[in-house]
Amino acid sequence: MINEHVNPSVGLFVTCLADLYRPSVAFAAVKLLEDAGVTVEVPRAQTCCGQPALNNGDLGHARVLAMQVIDAFAEFDYVVGPSGSCMGTIKTHYVELFEDDPEGLMKAQDLAERSHELISFLTDIMGISQIDATYDGTVTYHDSCAGLRELGIQEQPRRLLDGVQGIAFKELKDSIVCCGFGGTFCVKYPEISGKMVDDKCSRIEESGADTVLAGDLGCLLNIAGRLRRRGETTRVYHIAEVLAGMAGGPSIGDGEN
Amino acid sequence: MESKSHDFKVRSGQALKDPFLQSALENLSLGFVESRRKCAEALPEFEALRDLGKNIYDHTLENLDFYLRRYEEKVIESGGHVHWASTPDEACRIATDICDQAKAKKVIRGKSMIGEEMGINDALDEAGFETTETDLGEYILQLAEEPPSHIVAPAIHKTKDEISDLFQVYHADRGFTERQTERTALVQEARQVLRESFISADVGITGANFLIAETGSNIIVTNEGNGDLTCTLPKVHIVTAAIDKVIPSVEDAMVLLRLLGRSATGQEITAYTTFTTGPKRAEDDDGPEEYHVILLDNGRSTMLANEFRDMLRCIRCGACMNHCPVYGSVGGHAYGWVYPGPMGSVLTPMMVGLDKAVDLPNACTLNGRCQDVCPVRIPLPKLLRAHRTWQHERKFNSSVFRFGLGIWTFFARHPNLYQFCTRIVMSVMGSLGRRKGVFNRMPFAGGWTQARDLPTPQGKTFQAAWRAKQREKKQ
Repeated sequence: MINEHVNPSVGLFVTCLADLYRPSVAFAAVKLLEDAGVTVEVPRAQTCCGQPALNNGDLGHARVLAMQVIDAFAEFDYVVGPSGSCMGTIKTHYVELFEDDPEGLMKAQDLAERSHELISFLTDIMGISQIDATYDGTVTYHDSCAGLRELGIQEQPRRLLDGVQGIAFKELKDSIVCCGFGGTFCVKYPEISGKMVDDKCSRIEESGADTVLAGDLGCLLNIAGRLRRRGETTRVYHIAEVLAGMAGGPSIGDGEN
Repeated sequence: MESKSHDFKVRSGQALKDPFLQSALENLSLGFVESRRKCAEALPEFEALRDLGKNIYDHTLENLDFYLRRYEEKVIESGGHVHWASTPDEACRIATDICDQAKAKKVIRGKSMIGEEMGINDALDEAGFETTETDLGEYILQLAEEPPSHIVAPAIHKTKDEISDLFQVYHADRGFTERQTERTALVQEARQVLRESFISADVGITGANFLIAETGSNIIVTNEGNGDLTCTLPKVHIVTAAIDKVIPSVEDAMVLLRLLGRSATGQEITAYTTFTTGPKRAEDDDGPEEYHVILLDNGRSTMLANEFRDMLRCIRCGACMNHCPVYGSVGGHAYGWVYPGPMGSVLTPMMVGLDKAVDLPNACTLNGRCQDVCPVRIPLPKLLRAHRTWQHERKFNSSVFRFGLGIWTFFARHPNLYQFCTRIVMSVMGSLGRRKGVFNRMPFAGGWTQARDLPTPQGKTFQAAWRAKQREKKQ
């Protein structure tokens, strides 16, 4: 499906992690979207997609938060966010929340059809295959689970990275294996999560890359946190930051010095 | 088998510190995952077969009463007996009664998960029968007095050294005094010891991979041939099976067999696929004189009627656990009961009690790889979420966690308040950690910092920075 709107309007779903932790990811998303020729707006009445409630069985609150997102983004041609996990929730799980509520279901379906993860929106909807950017480094890429399995994002980020000048790309062994973040999983089962992210860091180290990218901040914070605990200096960025040419500042988990 | 699933956290912690287990688990994932992938890729119709497999079960489960009665009729027609059991205890009583009536002393078993679910070995021991497991892995575990840790490769957690030690101790009185260390020598030794058990056994108990309604046949798959001998040598053969093992026809079995070997061990077909139908007929040279089938429900008819019906499609291939990063980290024993990994985390609470296995459905990142490889497309993450919903409704999850989630949700529902507060918190965190880039410790974030540093936030929230930028533009 390629975009059928002329100068379409996009509501940016910032995601709570980009909002609180790394606004540069959301600014990078805005730049990539504007460069692609869309008008970007950021609705104020957005916080979280409700995934923590949904994944912990609190469907009542998940519905309330889903409806908040549905209402906040009712006016846009598209809703785009820099996360496979949040957009997977909006695109595949909201409809499940409203199975017994025909009106809610209709709204959820409408939102699902308009919603996209950032990278796949650029490639699949806006038809972009080349982005004008430069990054100096040997880069590897971790496939975040929800983006990969709920939204089928795998080839798109690699295609766009392929066009970035200065990048040497190295495939990550077990790139499709979960990094152990899993939302609240990582704090509920820190030992198991720690083992999983440690395995991920070992694969990253073996890849020989000096930079690891992914499309989800949850995974990236987890991976960066473990890399730093291991004393490794591998740079960690959201893929949007690299594609937007905004990966100049400290990477995730790096100090200013 | 008594459930220790309530102890998942402690058991998984121990598993992570066990170097032997960790190296065994590494090999497991390398072997099974890679061979399944090759097998699936080599078969162009593999994805279509998965759809077919799912459809066969969806149809069967929709008409389960019909196919079970049909199967029963056919077993009786072929001279066998069918016994129905609602609970594991009842199933064990039926089995020990059959052994009693046959005046049996020695019983041999072919590996089956339903046997573990029933706790049949304990029941046979208590009733005074001498029981021998004939699957090599299960035999090793019988000597070690341990439960299986994987549904296909039960002794996957044991190293070769441990097995050498066990055989040296337990085979000494059978004339094997030398400690063997080579794989083939160990197998050979076990084969010779087990051969005696096969010949002297009065009753053979197997499980069932599939029960065929149109013929009344039972199918078991093995790689060692022990199943064949267990079915045919003793004078009584008891098939133990769950009610969800029945499928309509031999044709359906062919579809499912093509999926099973490939998904389980990456084999196109297992070394042995054994069909048994009724006892020995007048014209047969071999076979048991009596043929019994014990059909166990154990909560399955309840699942048939609720949102967990999809789980009854499971063909016990183990692909979900082979591909599960949590299983790959902690192994099967951490789960504390018969069925480990994703399929176990769905089944165990249904069978041992929702409040007795609270951790299992939560100890999962919902990464979805299990669903990706499930040969009959069971939506395992969705079922694990359904368990979490049940737990939340029944308030089984931790009250501290519920409180924390409640606070988060409260703020998330009030965007203005949320943005005001997060702006302050992020600004403080940002300025405290900016130079170093990470926090090693953080109040209320011990779960996070136990395993990794906490990266420092950039300091401004996007919402605040964006609004400031918009205001600038207007001026």
